Amino acid sequence: MRRPLPKWIDIGVMPIINIFAAFVVAGIIIALIGENPITALSVMVKGAFVYKGALGYTLFYATNFIFTGLAVAVAFHATLFNIGGEGQAMIGGLGIGIVALSLDPLLPPLLVILLAIPMAAVFGAIWGMIPGWLQAKRGSHIVITTIMFNFIASSIMVWLLAGMLMAPGQMSPETRHFAEGVGLLQIHQIANAIGIPMARSPLNLSFLVALAALVGVWVLIWRTRLGYIIRATGHSEKAVIYAGHDPAKIIMITMAISGGLAGLMALNEILGVQERVILNFTSGYGFTGIAVALMGRNHPFGILLASLLFGALYQGGAEIDFEFQTITREMVLMIQGLIILFSGALALMFHPLMERLYGMIAGPDSITSPPKTKRAEHG
Amino acid sequence: MADIWLQFLLTIDATLRVSTPLILCAMAGIFSERSGIIDISLEGKMLLSAFAAASVAALSGSPWLGLGAAILVSMIFSLLHGFACITHRGNQVISGLAINILASGLTVTLGIALFAQGGQTPYLSSAQRFSAIPLPFADTMRQVPIIGTIYAEIISGHNLLVWLALLSVFVTSIVLYRTRFGLRLRATGEKPEAVDTAGISVTRIRYQAVLIAGLLCGIAGAYLSIAHGAGFVREMTAGKGYIALAAMIFGHWRPVPALMACLMFGFLEALAARLQGVDILFLGPIPTDLILVLPYVLTVVLLAGFIGRATPPKAIGQPYVKER
Amino acid sequence: MTQNPSSAKSNTKLPFAISMSGINKHFGLVHANRNIDLDIYRGDIHGIVGENGAGKSTLVSILYGFYTADSGTISLNGTSHHYNSTADAIAAGIGMVHQHFMLVPNFSVLENIVLGHEGGVNLTTSMTKARQMLEDLSQRFGLNVDLDAKVADLPVSLQQRVEILKALFRNASILILDEPTGVLTPQETDQLFVILRILKDQGVTILLITHKLREIMAVTDRISVMRDGAIVAHLNTAETCAEDIAHLMVGRPVLVEKQWHQCDRGEAVVKVSDLSLNGSDNEANPILSPLDFEVHAGEIFGIAGVAGNGQSELLELLAGIIPPSGGSIDYHGQRIDAKTPASPLDIKSLGVAHVPEDRHASGIILPFSAAENTILGYEDAATSGRWNMFTSPALIHERCSGLMQDFDVRPPNPHLKSSLFSGGNQQKLVLAREMSARPSILLVGQPTRGVDIGAIEFIHHQLIAMRDAGCAIILVSVELDEIMSLSDRIMVMNNGKKMGILNRDEAEVKHIGLLMAGVK
Repeated sequence: MRRPLPKWIDIGVMPIINIFAAFVVAGIIIALIGENPITALSVMVKGAFVYKGALGYTLFYATNFIFTGLAVAVAFHATLFNIGGEGQAMIGGLGIGIVALSLDPLLPPLLVILLAIPMAAVFGAIWGMIPGWLQAKRGSHIVITTIMFNFIASSIMVWLLAGMLMAPGQMSPETRHFAEGVGLLQIHQIANAIGIPMARSPLNLSFLVALAALVGVWVLIWRTRLGYIIRATGHSEKAVIYAGHDPAKIIMITMAISGGLAGLMALNEILGVQERVILNFTSGYGFTGIAVALMGRNHPFGILLASLLFGALYQGGAEIDFEFQTITREMVLMIQGLIILFSGALALMFHPLMERLYGMIAGPDSITSPPKTKRAEHG
Repeated sequence: MADIWLQFLLTIDATLRVSTPLILCAMAGIFSERSGIIDISLEGKMLLSAFAAASVAALSGSPWLGLGAAILVSMIFSLLHGFACITHRGNQVISGLAINILASGLTVTLGIALFAQGGQTPYLSSAQRFSAIPLPFADTMRQVPIIGTIYAEIISGHNLLVWLALLSVFVTSIVLYRTRFGLRLRATGEKPEAVDTAGISVTRIRYQAVLIAGLLCGIAGAYLSIAHGAGFVREMTAGKGYIALAAMIFGHWRPVPALMACLMFGFLEALAARLQGVDILFLGPIPTDLILVLPYVLTVVLLAGFIGRATPPKAIGQPYVKER
Repeated sequence: MTQNPSSAKSNTKLPFAISMSGINKHFGLVHANRNIDLDIYRGDIHGIVGENGAGKSTLVSILYGFYTADSGTISLNGTSHHYNSTADAIAAGIGMVHQHFMLVPNFSVLENIVLGHEGGVNLTTSMTKARQMLEDLSQRFGLNVDLDAKVADLPVSLQQRVEILKALFRNASILILDEPTGVLTPQETDQLFVILRILKDQGVTILLITHKLREIMAVTDRISVMRDGAIVAHLNTAETCAEDIAHLMVGRPVLVEKQWHQCDRGEAVVKVSDLSLNGSDNEANPILSPLDFEVHAGEIFGIAGVAGNGQSELLELLAGIIPPSGGSIDYHGQRIDAKTPASPLDIKSLGVAHVPEDRHASGIILPFSAAENTILGYEDAATSGRWNMFTSPALIHERCSGLMQDFDVRPPNPHLKSSLFSGGNQQKLVLAREMSARPSILLVGQPTRGVDIGAIEFIHHQLIAMRDAGCAIILVSVELDEIMSLSDRIMVMNNGKKMGILNRDEAEVKHIGLLMAGVK
């Protein structure tokens, strides 16, 4: 007897099963290559949590994923599939670069930083809002448009960084360093300053911004009028029009928020670490955001957990590079693909099995599950 | 003058070479999307099959085995896409994306494990590749002005897979518009309920469609690594799958217009390669990056309805569920 | 068992055309068909009636191989069939005209008919052959359609013909029609019945699924009545009457038309003058040609017409969802026109509430909880803080509980997902939400579409109570019975034009039917 799954299994157990499936497949591939998957896993865990400074790195990567994961999730709530996080983050970085490079000779560093932070969000928001506008007003499909916008952003970055913005006397496509002090404090510096010993890591104040963004998105989606309308737009544009709102406007606002969150990812990489704009600083984190949002079920708490997992994977993957000859951090990319596959595309695969298992354990159901609706059109 | 003519011919010739994988992938996309399955995994399948082709060609020494492996691998991943999207009604975009990311990771991981060359495959000798097929009298014809040079430079000297790509357009057209299968395929992408109630399995048509897409993608991948190139390099597809997707949209999901779009995008790429480092008077070097981005920009402009309107098949992206 | 329709003459001594016995079907926890036994004589027009959700569609879907029954047997013309796909059913000689047509809109008529029955790999030859066969068929059955026309360009009545041709092309000897008259005018319905009788004379067995009693009385030979997934009666049409069937469908005596009573109307609160709406090709094909009418406080103003004749757009115009192209609407003296359009929110603030036609697309958001749906369009009622920015779950919950109690929504659980309520309870939720604003003008579209009879009574009662309390109600419905039983005055529309406004006492079905068809 099959039985519909209760919420706690759907939210709590299914993601674990899906991740487990991804890891099992990855483990099989590693075994086929001739390495011991268990050893690889333990190297990754140590690399991500145990070694000195490892946790800092893990949280540093997680910061990126919180931003890009939230970006995808916010758009998802309006059933918009924003694949453009990568491009939006790049353009966000450009925003920081433009503010920092043009103002750092004139203004004190703190002021430059305070101007640069919103600029990351604004630039990302604009790069997200254009596809939103194209979907809302011109009917182009947001998936294709955001894919195209990633390539366009990437070309703009190459063109600018190898041209106008290239540091004089440099051969690689990157800008000059920002002025001394134009960067975010790193957490270990703060910790050491107040007397807490902490190993060096690139973890910086962006992490706190990311945590604030998590709370902010939760409030936005579930506790505000705008969030209510965003979710309504996701389910039925007609109903939103009926209720007196303009879905085109809502789509644009949603995509702006989404793009802004993706743009903020540049804080972590550009202001937090590089203190200059370099090519490809996004390293595919925008795409990882999709995996994070899928795994986290578009809920900020889930996204936090998923970001930590991916942070650990990326940091652990770096450790793999040191320890193994035959496997490298690209393996993490592979795991990422598998996770998207299992918790996204194949999300429903284990459902019937679980329903049967649950039915066997919990027994037939007569009271708790509500009656199926009858299709209204015909009898 | 003769020099400019030759430059022009060489650019056209390069256009054909660059367009070949685009054409094959665009036809793949047409089969899949006309049946209602979005396929953004063209990129990933092409990458995986490029890797498979180069690896098998390197290990066995036979380009034919390489091609076979490429097609096989690509079709396996098509089946995976089908399994997720058709059988389990998963989100088609997410599934495609998963395959693309998986492909990036898997090719490098396996490449390092197999060849320990940082993710590349060994350099392939000409015996391990599909080499150019000079057509008869190409050298003699070269002396004849215009027609002769066109024959020698553009028509002659392509490898088998280039011809296969052009043939695929013809075959796609015939299959789509002149056969029973084509009628059913097109109907499935527009209104699957109509197909189902006519007693035809939507699932079966869609699986057939994605498998054909896999076959064509496989040839495209093999072309990249064992015909056009001489080995696999990590991320060697470099967005070509997405350009093919764009070309398919540009061609309104029809074979011949899609071919034209592929040639146009290929021409832009060939042109950019030719203009690399060329200075325009007073303006400095031509920004070839901006030429290369044109396919993407044009696609956005097209999709926005500023130049005509691209209407996708109606049922695209929606898993087919019987009512209730 | 394929059979040429012409060779099978109506003969009751032969085995039954269709004989189903012991059919059961479950969907999850719903027992959609219970122990169905059904015998249908060859060459009969056999009606199956029942309310929404009685299990009619499930039953014919099983017959058509779309679903497989959990248990039971089917035999056709005396031969037992065990099929598990539509293809098998088609091969056995069953054809079906679905309620929502199964045609590919951008294919030609010919391509649509050939689809799935091509007879060879080469499409060009199949098409040539099919064309010839179809010309014969259309002549024999009087079904003329242009084979090269694009289906999307055809009116619905012709699309329905294409569906019938499609079935005949596949040699169907049994034809199932699921709610075939929902989209037709009374005159088109009569034409369809003429076609059905020709088919019957040629030996085709016809199974007609409907919930419209008048039609089933007019055309069938025998009737089976379904209720709650089971067949409750088999009747000979000649020996029964509509009231008895209605009684059987609902399980208790029904007195639908008794609710209306005379009431004094007040002053005109809605004044519509020269209101028009252009089509997509601008002024060439107007969706609404200039309309004038007034609605008074304390009256129900019914708008009758076949679906798609501009009533839906009129309702959306009145609700502010689309702006008018010309003319004006006047609510309590506030003028709205093309130059000064009003948004749905502006219109709400004038005391107008709107129960939309399409409940599932507009009225409620199915994945939302009932509570969340009770603030749709009334977000102010549940927000707090500066600029009313933040929503309060407690406030929403409380509001919903109150409305559920007032309107007898079952189950009274504000947390429950809206899609899990029955159609009637969903509609009660919408009605409750809209009435909660205490409107002086109420716009109502298809208030009882997909709603069970119990809820219909409740909803009609509420509408009349609103009217008695002085509310002006504009009611759009494609159910002529509903319009006739509730309205004080009736406006009939055809092709975007006002065909006339009739007082209740001078309105006759026949007259209205002609007006609906565009005949003055």
